[in-house]
Amino acid sequence: MFTRPKSMRKVVMHYCPGCTHGIAHRLVAEAIDELGIQHRTIGVASVGCSVLAYEYFDCDFQQAAHGRAPAVATGIKRVLPDRVVFTYQGDGDLASIGTAEIVHAAMRGERITVIFINNAVYGMTGGQMAPTTLVGQVTTTSPGGRDPRHCGHPIRIAEMLATLEGAAYVARVSLHDPAHVARARRAVLKAFRTQLEDRGFALVEMLSSCPTNWGMSPREALRWVKEKLIPQYPLGEFRVPEEEARP
Amino acid sequence: MGERILMKGNEAIGEAAIRAGCRYFFGYPITPQNEIPEYLSRRLPEVGGVFLQAESEVAAINMVYGAAGAGARVMTSSSSPGISLKQEGLSYLAGAELPCVVVNIIRGGPGLGGIQPAQSDYFQATRGGGHGDYRTPVFGPASIQEMVELVMEAFEVADRYRNPVMVVGDGILGQMMEPVVLPDPKPLDSLPAKPWATTGNQGRPPNVINSLFLDANLCSRHNEHLQEKYREICRREVRYELVDPEGAEIYFVAYGTTSRVVRSVMNRAREEGIITGLIRPITLWPFPQEPFERVVERAKAFLCVEMSAGQMVEDVRLAVNGRRPVHFYGRTGGVVPSPAEIADALRKVLEGRDPGA
Repeated sequence: MFTRPKSMRKVVMHYCPGCTHGIAHRLVAEAIDELGIQHRTIGVASVGCSVLAYEYFDCDFQQAAHGRAPAVATGIKRVLPDRVVFTYQGDGDLASIGTAEIVHAAMRGERITVIFINNAVYGMTGGQMAPTTLVGQVTTTSPGGRDPRHCGHPIRIAEMLATLEGAAYVARVSLHDPAHVARARRAVLKAFRTQLEDRGFALVEMLSSCPTNWGMSPREALRWVKEKLIPQYPLGEFRVPEEEARP
Repeated sequence: MGERILMKGNEAIGEAAIRAGCRYFFGYPITPQNEIPEYLSRRLPEVGGVFLQAESEVAAINMVYGAAGAGARVMTSSSSPGISLKQEGLSYLAGAELPCVVVNIIRGGPGLGGIQPAQSDYFQATRGGGHGDYRTPVFGPASIQEMVELVMEAFEVADRYRNPVMVVGDGILGQMMEPVVLPDPKPLDSLPAKPWATTGNQGRPPNVINSLFLDANLCSRHNEHLQEKYREICRREVRYELVDPEGAEIYFVAYGTTSRVVRSVMNRAREEGIITGLIRPITLWPFPQEPFERVVERAKAFLCVEMSAGQMVEDVRLAVNGRRPVHFYGRTGGVVPSPAEIADALRKVLEGRDPGA
């Protein structure tokens, strides 16, 4: 029977219609339920649209400063190594202001799980250009479209972090249709298992839609994820735990 | 109490933290405080704790946030430029009401400044150097023995009020060696319970560590709660030393290393028949008003001496409130005022002249 995950509170979310944050929240809550870790999980909320994540998950939470969630998670995990610690961060938070924190958490192989929402735009502040914004994409701070000669090309976080030995599991998934959501679900489970098995740092990058700031209908936005975001951000597992990698 | 041993200031800070029950330290190298993380990187694993060198001071203070939120006694240390980087985190720690201890071994500024001793971070420490209406208690010890005792007390005050506490020294206090008697370690099972910590919500509703209040009225109520807490700290946690010999007319005001130079000036002046007093704030915030009330009626003037261009002197003027002249003498950039310079400043005050001119 299709029910609300136990690890989600029964409250109305503030997310815009057609936004995929709700799906991403649900995938995390389902993984927590399936692994039976609700009462020993501590989440870390970041700054961005998901700033209120602590109101939606039914587990202990800390709210971090912009970009600092991996450092906060490190502090928690080092004090409580037998608990499960995850961060939930957007692309402004993780791929811009928080690049140092995420790179070094991965380098150290921190036993944390990172859920990284990539929707190619700053959502909460009103649709400004992000490091992940596509070339030519119009935002409120790139009104003529992102010009790579002026502000560079989009950053591929999953591929970059996968170069680090401390990163045990790094995957990129998409939330634009049910088949891909099912794959995303498996990736989230793996990312939590990687932590439970003490293998190292784990990150799942989720290509997500932002119909409000993209100026599209929810349906158009999902199509845009498939047709524009995926070609720039290929899906797949970029790093898997060593034992699993053996043929 | 243990035996009397010779210890370097920075290492004594590390040992005092361990004896206070601190088991977690997150830091980043910067001179002149490096012996604190170096000492703790050796010692913390021996007592089942964790030392972690962060990628930056910004990361280190946020690791402190996570660890404090998880219920641990936790410390970070740095020197002036690094403390500037920690201000964002300190504001969040104060907003989320998380206890921790932050040590600042102050060096000359602004910018990279230098690596020699200074007291030019007084404003930053006592005014709440980050954004928002918040305060952190600030201890300013003057010897390594007092440093040890105040570092241990800082953890108690931090837990009592769920607030960051800062301990400030300077390059001299960090680098010099002095005999010290280390207090007995605090039994870990005697540390205060933290039912608000995020440890996993087994058998209780979820705990949330947070400084976000989107509703202005709720944010205002949160601020009123914080202000009430700060008033309570002002009522209960003021510390100072008053040296008030019979016949004193001029009162020095100085803290930390500077107060020690001032004492040698006072001793020499006495040999010449000039009797002076000393108000030594031990808490820089809350700033001690009481000793000024005790001496202001018979004081002719106050002479504030600092290793800065004049920062604490503003609090001295607020405390004296125009009732007596307040003079200032300071050296900046890492230069320690010499006894001769301070004696000269005292002479000018006695002659009714401005020592700063």
